[in-house]
Amino acid sequence: MDPKRSRNSHESVNSSESTRFPDEVLERVLSLLTSHKDRSSVSLVCKDWYNAERWTRTHVFIGNCYSVSPEIVVGRFPAIRSVTLKGKPRFSDFNLVPENWGADIHQWLVVFAEKYPFLEELRLKRMTVTDESLEFLATSFSYFKAISLMSCDGFSTDGLAAIATHCKNLTELDIQENDMEDNGGGWLSCFPENFTSLEVLNFASQQGDVSFDALEKLVDRCKSLRVLKVDKYVKLEQLHRLLVRAPQLTDLGTGNFQQELTPRQCAELESAFSNCKNLHTLSGLWDATSLYFPVLYSACGRLTFLNLSYAALQSGDLAKLLPHCPNLRRLWVLDTVEDEGLEAIGSSCPLLEELRVFPAAPFDLDINRGVTESGFIAVSRGCPRLHYVLYFCRQMTNAAVATIVQNCPDFTHFRLCIMNPGQRDYLTGEPMDEAFGAVVKTCTKLQRLAISGLLTDLTFEYIGKYAKNLETLSVAFAGSSDWGMQCVLRGCPKLRKLEIRDSPFGNAALLSGLAKYESMRSLWMSACNVTMNACKLLAREKPRLNVEVMKDDETDSQVDKVYVYRTIAGPRRDAPPFVLTL
Amino acid sequence: MEKPMSYESEDHLNLKATELRLGLPGRDESDKQSSPSAKNNKRTSPEMEGVLYAENEEQDCTPPPKAQVVGWPPVRSYRKNCFQPKKIEADASGVYVKVSMDGAPYLRKIDLNVYKSYPELLKALENMFKCTIGVYSERDGYDGSDYAPIYEDKDGDWMLVGDVPWDMFSTSCKRMRIMKGSEAKGLGCL
Repeated sequence: MDPKRSRNSHESVNSSESTRFPDEVLERVLSLLTSHKDRSSVSLVCKDWYNAERWTRTHVFIGNCYSVSPEIVVGRFPAIRSVTLKGKPRFSDFNLVPENWGADIHQWLVVFAEKYPFLEELRLKRMTVTDESLEFLATSFSYFKAISLMSCDGFSTDGLAAIATHCKNLTELDIQENDMEDNGGGWLSCFPENFTSLEVLNFASQQGDVSFDALEKLVDRCKSLRVLKVDKYVKLEQLHRLLVRAPQLTDLGTGNFQQELTPRQCAELESAFSNCKNLHTLSGLWDATSLYFPVLYSACGRLTFLNLSYAALQSGDLAKLLPHCPNLRRLWVLDTVEDEGLEAIGSSCPLLEELRVFPAAPFDLDINRGVTESGFIAVSRGCPRLHYVLYFCRQMTNAAVATIVQNCPDFTHFRLCIMNPGQRDYLTGEPMDEAFGAVVKTCTKLQRLAISGLLTDLTFEYIGKYAKNLETLSVAFAGSSDWGMQCVLRGCPKLRKLEIRDSPFGNAALLSGLAKYESMRSLWMSACNVTMNACKLLAREKPRLNVEVMKDDETDSQVDKVYVYRTIAGPRRDAPPFVLTL
Repeated sequence: MEKPMSYESEDHLNLKATELRLGLPGRDESDKQSSPSAKNNKRTSPEMEGVLYAENEEQDCTPPPKAQVVGWPPVRSYRKNCFQPKKIEADASGVYVKVSMDGAPYLRKIDLNVYKSYPELLKALENMFKCTIGVYSERDGYDGSDYAPIYEDKDGDWMLVGDVPWDMFSTSCKRMRIMKGSEAKGLGCL
């Protein structure tokens, strides 16, 4: 670290005074920096820069809410207007984290209410948010503008009502993919009659009716509305009424797309869509069939992101729709479209950058349909710019993956889920090691990788040797011994998040990362071969890590789940009884 | 919003075992074999277990060949909940729905796939239950008839048979009831 340069030092008169910026200039320049990574770097230069940076930071991003405390945050950054917080480990999305684990926003809000009265934005992911907290938020910050809740739980529509009632300057209400209890759709009526500032409204994950009348009036008076995502209880003919009041939308989530319409209603809906000249993102489309696709055609040419993952389309349906969407960059579909559907993607969407194929019946063990390796190959042939893929399938081969990455060497995110754990290359019977070897060798820009299928330590050797830009790795039912995990910990310099389940990695593997975990955000290991002693050792050696163990059985030395993360806040004060901080 | 009636929970209560049946109940397709793999998509076509296997409890309890793993595949639960897959498999082995009639001692089951239109279905129902359902009209429903057919849709709502296109009906109908005309008057006026 550079030597201290005190502001009022007389030494500076003689030394390089001409190179010293007045603080005001430095702060002015730094206030133009928005990336939190840049700001982080700036703050490490010297004390002056650290101070200038902290006074000018308006947005703080906290990737793990337990890595720091609210008091520390407000102590360092006095002028924050916008906060992004992430809570639970990602595997909580798949029910691997018990309820009441933590990540409750409330204490943060209490501290913010005192120190950040001008707080405008709050974006939360995987946090627990109660209705009381939402009400507290709505009544504590008079200038509050934007709230985004993704994968959060603990609240109901009552909390939304509180936001609608009290936040006079609200521009954004974005409720995505949440576990939200539905106490009725009346919350929409809570927006006052003179409220017009809304720009983003997303309640697609609501599980019940909303008051359509209130919604229609709201859309009508909020002329700056650009994002509108309704829930699946809004019908097609209601959608029409919304669209004619909001032709300026850039981002639309429809409701249910299956309803009997008269030809006149169809024509009206088509006309409404064609008037949406700025529409570039389309989602929702629950229960859509190709029957009503023609109403979309006029808007399809402008679409860059199409989310069809709630519509069980067949390949023919997709083949009808996609030729109208040549500008797609991002596409999400269900595997009901099968390989033929993916071929249609390959031939119609040359600009595609991101593809996600979700399984229609993931928990159905007897089904043998969906997509295979040939669909994936077809997409890779037709879409050379593809760099983000999430692909659920029931069969794959090493050769196919090698071909795919030859066609698309620019992958930054490669998430392949072969749904049957430990499944081999179905043609050769071999493990899938070479597939992921090909991925890491060819895709030098790879940042995120999720692996599956039958995998030995060889996969991890490849990852450690080649995946030099890897930041996030998800492992399930893979590996043969500690060596695998050791290779990754040793070889991937940029690794930040490592999540492992049901793999034979034990104490030696865990402890081999001793020197590394402080440079990472977190490590998750569940159903592996780690014991309490090793966890205790890790905790003892590394006091700036929280080593949290979740145990099913008190007496067993085997550890079910261990979550390791760096922190400057010390052990959690709100840990529930089943979480043991060592 | 009312939670749709879950057939899975019904099966756990084993209501089938307590259904009153006399003789051979509703075996229209007595020779149709439901293969074990037709247990797919329980959510949308629970009736597919087949009336043939009503007496064979083992069919309901057959464990799946592979074990279900917690949190695997890694799919968010809201995706599981929102999504109702099309009854693609249903076409192969029939879409059986229960039909009850007010006053009858036992229920029947019919395969909706056998019929291509409402008149066919209504005629079959009239024959099966020895009643008169009459003609559907958009305005008055089945006003004037002794009975009116209603069905429970995917959302758990009871709807008048005949309002929506046939295909939409046959894919969203979960069960049916033949309601007495006097009770049905209210429905017809909607």
